[in-house]
Amino acid sequence: MFGNLTLSALPHEPITVGAGIFMAVAGATIISLLFYFKRWKWLWTEWLTSLDHKKIGVMYIILALVMLLRGFSDAIMMRLQQALSVGDAFGYLPPEHYDQIFTAHGVIMIFFVAMPLMFGLINLAVPLQIGARDVAFPFLNSLSLWFTVVGAVLVNLSLVLGEFAATGWLAYPPLSGILYSPGVGVDYYIWALQIAGAGSLLSGINFFVTILMMRCPGMTLMRMPVFVWTVFASMTLVIISFPILTATLGMLSLDRLLGMHFFTSDFGGNAMMYVNLIWAWGHPEVYILVLPAFGIFSEVVSAFSHKKLFGYTTMIWATIAITFLSFVVWVHHFFTMGAGANVNAFFGIMTMIIAIPTGVKVFNWLFTMFRGRIVFASPMLWTIGFIFTFTIGGMSGVLLAVPGADFQLHNSLFLIAHFHNVIIGGVVFGYFAGLTYWFPKIFGFKLNERLGKAVFWHWIVGFFVAFVPLYILGLMGMTRRLSHIDGSLGWQTLLYVAGIGVVIIGIGVALQILQLIISIRDRRSNMDTTGDPWDGRTLEWSTSSPPPFYNFAVIPTVHGRHPFWDMKHGDSAKAETPHYEDIHMPKNTAMGLYIALSAFLFGFGLVWHIWWLAIAGAVSVVSLVIIRSFNYDTEYVVGADEIAKIEVKTAQRKLQLL
Amino acid sequence: MTTDILNTREAKSIFGFWIYIMSDALLFGSIFATYAVLHNNVFGGPSASDIFSMPFVLAETLILLASSFTYGLASLYAHHHNEKDKVVLWLVVTFLLGATFIGMELSEFAKLFQGGSSWQVSGFLSGFFTLVGTHGLHVTAGLIWMGSLLAQVLRHGLTVRTIGKISNLGIFWHFLDIVWIFIFTFVYLMGAI
Repeated sequence: MFGNLTLSALPHEPITVGAGIFMAVAGATIISLLFYFKRWKWLWTEWLTSLDHKKIGVMYIILALVMLLRGFSDAIMMRLQQALSVGDAFGYLPPEHYDQIFTAHGVIMIFFVAMPLMFGLINLAVPLQIGARDVAFPFLNSLSLWFTVVGAVLVNLSLVLGEFAATGWLAYPPLSGILYSPGVGVDYYIWALQIAGAGSLLSGINFFVTILMMRCPGMTLMRMPVFVWTVFASMTLVIISFPILTATLGMLSLDRLLGMHFFTSDFGGNAMMYVNLIWAWGHPEVYILVLPAFGIFSEVVSAFSHKKLFGYTTMIWATIAITFLSFVVWVHHFFTMGAGANVNAFFGIMTMIIAIPTGVKVFNWLFTMFRGRIVFASPMLWTIGFIFTFTIGGMSGVLLAVPGADFQLHNSLFLIAHFHNVIIGGVVFGYFAGLTYWFPKIFGFKLNERLGKAVFWHWIVGFFVAFVPLYILGLMGMTRRLSHIDGSLGWQTLLYVAGIGVVIIGIGVALQILQLIISIRDRRSNMDTTGDPWDGRTLEWSTSSPPPFYNFAVIPTVHGRHPFWDMKHGDSAKAETPHYEDIHMPKNTAMGLYIALSAFLFGFGLVWHIWWLAIAGAVSVVSLVIIRSFNYDTEYVVGADEIAKIEVKTAQRKLQLL
Repeated sequence: MTTDILNTREAKSIFGFWIYIMSDALLFGSIFATYAVLHNNVFGGPSASDIFSMPFVLAETLILLASSFTYGLASLYAHHHNEKDKVVLWLVVTFLLGATFIGMELSEFAKLFQGGSSWQVSGFLSGFFTLVGTHGLHVTAGLIWMGSLLAQVLRHGLTVRTIGKISNLGIFWHFLDIVWIFIFTFVYLMGAI
């Protein structure tokens, strides 16, 4: 009846029991608060079933921030274990639990923090920046969100029911094969990623089409904001690379479920094929995450230097060059495989070439600041911190791209320090900058600036204290993923220092939570009444903060790269009464939620070999998609007179607040 | 005005579907690449030339190609002549041809299985069953879609929306034909040599 699922799947260790109890208490608190304030209906109609891209964006970001706390707890636990487990002491984590933690840390941070944060920011900003009222496929947008949520739920569920993969975040076979990982951990990993990955692919297609087909009149490709360009490049990479992930994990699950021999060590399987395939997805994935962050920095650096971006055209071509190159470097993740000197040389050189377009970008940002009137607001601090940190990470990357050096440093802590250097310094700093930058647009008030700056300083100082020791340890020969260290090696002091770094970042994270609370409490004094808090240049600042659900009462027409700047400063400031027209908007629907829920049952059934549940889930997904396709009544009309009323009301509220 | 909105919506949907097809092509590309790496790894089991019956596969191929042709007829009647009955007729014929193809594929799989050539025997057979099976799953999905589309055409007639859906399924169906030509060439023909 319940497949492999028995009572023994419940947690036994005190740490997992504690985590389970914490999740249960948190869940129960939220549910009872919803009952107490009678907010269920509001939650359902205004949020869960909404197809509004702004609300979907906010839900993505909430998911990302919750999962950030989980992924960060994993980081603290790893640092603590490595600091304690030396010589005769074995720390507080048994090795198999420690292995699950470093796997979960990587999986969560990439798939359920960085990806949802990215899709959240894209949802918030892209339609507004291109002067559109929505995305191309609003229903698919909601479906993508719920697929991502379901993936995250599966990962968290593994904490209290069974186990998570103990294989590292890319689950290399043969370790991830059924022979060496007979438990449910790898299955949780596979199905969480398959379902969330389907969501990412759909989002990729959605925004690709949105950007190409829904720009407002006059916005040619070379007039698009840089953020839109980088998102376009990133979505191209999603569309090309995620099918590879789907196929690869699909074959791994066929090995595990049906006894096939794609990646097994015997019967003619080839484990290195998996490593090639997973990195053919995995390397572009890095650029999927960092390109939109580059876009955010470009927007921020221009706004806070009070200059237009230096070298727009080179910025775009550098982005395109990186997009292309990201597909011809994957072998640098496993130079030690033994592909031969020529192959390694090719991939090493290609990797080094990426530093050129990236360097072009760095100089463009620097020249934008040059002779600008720089305002050191927190988004700008993140940007300057990024340029500094990311350049260091880039240089250690070029070093690792030399195959000879890589043979020494492969899988050492030097590598760990390198990729955290570029991911924290690039992706995390970028998304935090974007979050602070666009927050007032979505919520109508700014985040607390003093705390924002404190958060930045804790993150950047904590980062260097935590990861410079890892660079040194890597050079000393310490490999990654060790749960116990020999006392005679003298690594302990540096591991303590790294632990202090994590504590500093932890204070930063706590301050971020405090910043949110304080900002919401003091929102009256931080109101953005103009819709343009940073003196911006692009279209999202031309509408009110928060924007009406239809974004723009009249679709703007664009004549240059800085449409809102021209509106503010040009002589074309027309005072004529706007002419409103009827607008078609998508109706809310819970179908995305239902389909994702069925996908959850499907995945859960496969994890535990509960076949009837898996079949029921699959049948339910297919049936719901068919039912949805029979629904031709998916839109409603907002009348011109109603828009006029809303616009007048917004204008009045603005006057009152002034 | 209304037709404008409908047209841009259909245009978006068809363009988006093309992009999806590109990503699906990469899914098949990954599995093809794996098959290319594994196709000689027979591990003492049967090799490609031992197990394929070429006349049978040729018949399968011709049936699938014919179904693409009949789908093309349905599309022509939908786009240019607006003849609902003919569209329904040719969709039904396409459905039957597609179902025959799936039936033949399943019987081929069953025969291999009974002959002891299951996917557990070797890396080569894992690759074979997965590559051909993934295509078969796609065709099955296409059949389910076709059934649902038939019902919608019967209910709503040939509207901008149903014609748009006929275009999308057409892209899918012809794409699966092209994938099959690759499978026929690289798996069956080259395997039989």
